[in-house]
Amino acid sequence: MTDLLYSEEEEALRAAVRDLLTDHCAPADVLGRVESDTPHDLALWKQLADGMGLAGLLVPEAQGGQGASHREVAVVLEELGRAVAPVPYLTSAVVATEALLACGDEELLGRLASGRTIGALAVGLHTAPSAAFTAVRLESGVLHGELTGIADAAVADVLLVPADDGGLYAVTADAATVTPQVSFDLTRPLATVRLEGAPGRRVGDAEPAVRRALRAAAGLLASEQLGVADWALTETVRYLKERKQFNRPVGGFQALKHRLAQLWLETVNLRAAARAAADALASGEDAEISVAVAQAYAAPVAVHATEEAVQLHAGIGMTWEHPAHLYLKRAKADSIAYGTAGVHREALAGLVDLQTP
Amino acid sequence: MTDADELVRRTRELLDQNPPASTDRLEFLRARFDAGLAWVHYPEGLGGLGAPRHLQVVVDAELEAAGAPDNDARRNGIGLGMAAPTILKYGTEEQKQRFLRPLWTGEEVWCQLFSEPGAGSDLAALGTRAVREGDTWVVNGQKVWTSGAHNARWAILIARTDPAVPKHAGITYFLCDMTDPGVDVRPLRQITGEAEFNEVFLTDVRIPDSRRLGEIGDGWRVAQTTLNNERVAIGGMRLPREGGMIGPVAKTWRERPELRTHDLHQRLLKLWVEAEVSRLTAERLRQQLVAGQPGPEGAGMKLAFARLNQEISGLEVELRGEEGLLYDDWTMRRPELVDFTGRDAGYRYLRAKGNSIEGGTSEVLLNIVAERVLGLPAEPRTDKDVAWKDLAR
Repeated sequence: MTDLLYSEEEEALRAAVRDLLTDHCAPADVLGRVESDTPHDLALWKQLADGMGLAGLLVPEAQGGQGASHREVAVVLEELGRAVAPVPYLTSAVVATEALLACGDEELLGRLASGRTIGALAVGLHTAPSAAFTAVRLESGVLHGELTGIADAAVADVLLVPADDGGLYAVTADAATVTPQVSFDLTRPLATVRLEGAPGRRVGDAEPAVRRALRAAAGLLASEQLGVADWALTETVRYLKERKQFNRPVGGFQALKHRLAQLWLETVNLRAAARAAADALASGEDAEISVAVAQAYAAPVAVHATEEAVQLHAGIGMTWEHPAHLYLKRAKADSIAYGTAGVHREALAGLVDLQTP
Repeated sequence: MTDADELVRRTRELLDQNPPASTDRLEFLRARFDAGLAWVHYPEGLGGLGAPRHLQVVVDAELEAAGAPDNDARRNGIGLGMAAPTILKYGTEEQKQRFLRPLWTGEEVWCQLFSEPGAGSDLAALGTRAVREGDTWVVNGQKVWTSGAHNARWAILIARTDPAVPKHAGITYFLCDMTDPGVDVRPLRQITGEAEFNEVFLTDVRIPDSRRLGEIGDGWRVAQTTLNNERVAIGGMRLPREGGMIGPVAKTWRERPELRTHDLHQRLLKLWVEAEVSRLTAERLRQQLVAGQPGPEGAGMKLAFARLNQEISGLEVELRGEEGLLYDDWTMRRPELVDFTGRDAGYRYLRAKGNSIEGGTSEVLLNIVAERVLGLPAEPRTDKDVAWKDLAR
């Protein structure tokens, strides 16, 4: 049976992650960082990965990980979403890790699990679990080609690159040219990866590894989107209780109360959908449908929540100094990441036998 | 303290002593009530054992597996969901003994005489008067939207007993015998064509003071118990995927490819996702209740289902194309139950319009969520300190 609640251990994990983020990842810190040349917070990453061992949650203990499951990862992602934390957690600890789990590469898995090595799957962030992805050329044993839209590639130590022989190759970042792209989401920046005769080590077959990685990513992204939506709702409610116009708190106007109540409903629903996806990924039962349902539902809710946050904060919500825009940008980028809601609805049509005309 | 194992033991004992195959249905239900297995969280002697509420599922599962008859709870939703918890909390010992057993077994069905033509969402504005004559109250007024009054043996009734105080203060709560002289139930035909609810005219109805529930003038507080229970009614039940109103639409889509269009496909998939997510939210709420940690999600479930039912049934009518122009039956009937599955898409579309009105309009429920869950400021109140008789109407 699907377990949609949080266990005591999961709540303890949440509290620990939230404490760390409260101390080290305040909105002002994030804002300051995205204005610099190094938007990623690698000190925070080290604390999460090294200090708390969270990079290896999905990796079995025998391979140097924590042997936990997608349920715990989902809780971590909720908190990271709530803080729009600029760390490569989803990309390294989930996507690259899942790809390597499919390949069974123990050595590299262990390094990613420790957090001392950051991995990135060199597949565009927009790619849906069932969509085609770009492969580079393998010629005379070395790799040639350019890949775009690779999230967190700027901080990756190892890139996992699909090649045209059907293999997935581990390429060290030194062997590639990684160039930052000007990204819509400042907290999860994209980069191009250019390979000009780069050596790579074949770790396994690309197709199953990429499918598995993107499916887990899409399912767990819903938990990040839940965190983003939850922040937007909580902050907006708090602000509307304080902000006064016409001699009363703005939150007392029915037109706004109804909008916030509606947003609360959507967030409550998103929590159930995200939990169902995380649980299904952990158990392997009903995973395809649960992931598609969660991703078809999550993106519009997170976008709606952050758009409401900007609108209801009004003038201050439009400013660079207020963090609302960081969340709006994350939510909007997340609505494209690992497949749009529409793409996931189309996938569902096949999965639940509601065929196109 | 009664735990799950103890409840299983008692349930099996009940089944041993009253084998469902050879026991009369009503006899079985009475025996179940007397064994304290009707609603385990009620006190002993009143159909329960004082056990934790969430353990009811343990009993229900045992009885279902044994093929035991159930009390057809849907027929007496108001009795079970609203009258019973209110009688339990505010009733005298004599009232509890008299009413709870036949209520639970379904021998006596209840209805609710609350709403009036001038008092819907603003329920406390009600004008039905109850005037005391010795040990009797004489009631005059009109109630409306009374579901199932034509099948009901008893009613929970609120009436004004003191017009000179502010509207919430002058109300008293009664248990009204629907067979008494002066109670006139008239069907109120609805947009579906049938009369599921009624107008009820009360003319010199005489209610003995022994059937007053709670103190004189305390009726509003008593009614809060009833209304809170109305909104908590969800929970406990588990719905399979496509178990709600999306089911018939999905079935039609699969079986009738000639009806499919691209526009309908987009809308169907969107609603399918929303229905599945609402189902998951209801399941999450159920799991919270079972774990003894009820969340505030329940406050939103009715809102979500009302909107979904309306959108899905609206889509269903369109999906049927030419058939959507027809209606199964406009005959005026007075049903015992709302039949969402036995009738056609047009009926579902029309009946679902009531989902955002009955039991509190969606607009009022949004206020409740905003104020009680999110803690936003309450609506301004201009009638709070004014005597009811001085209010404009």
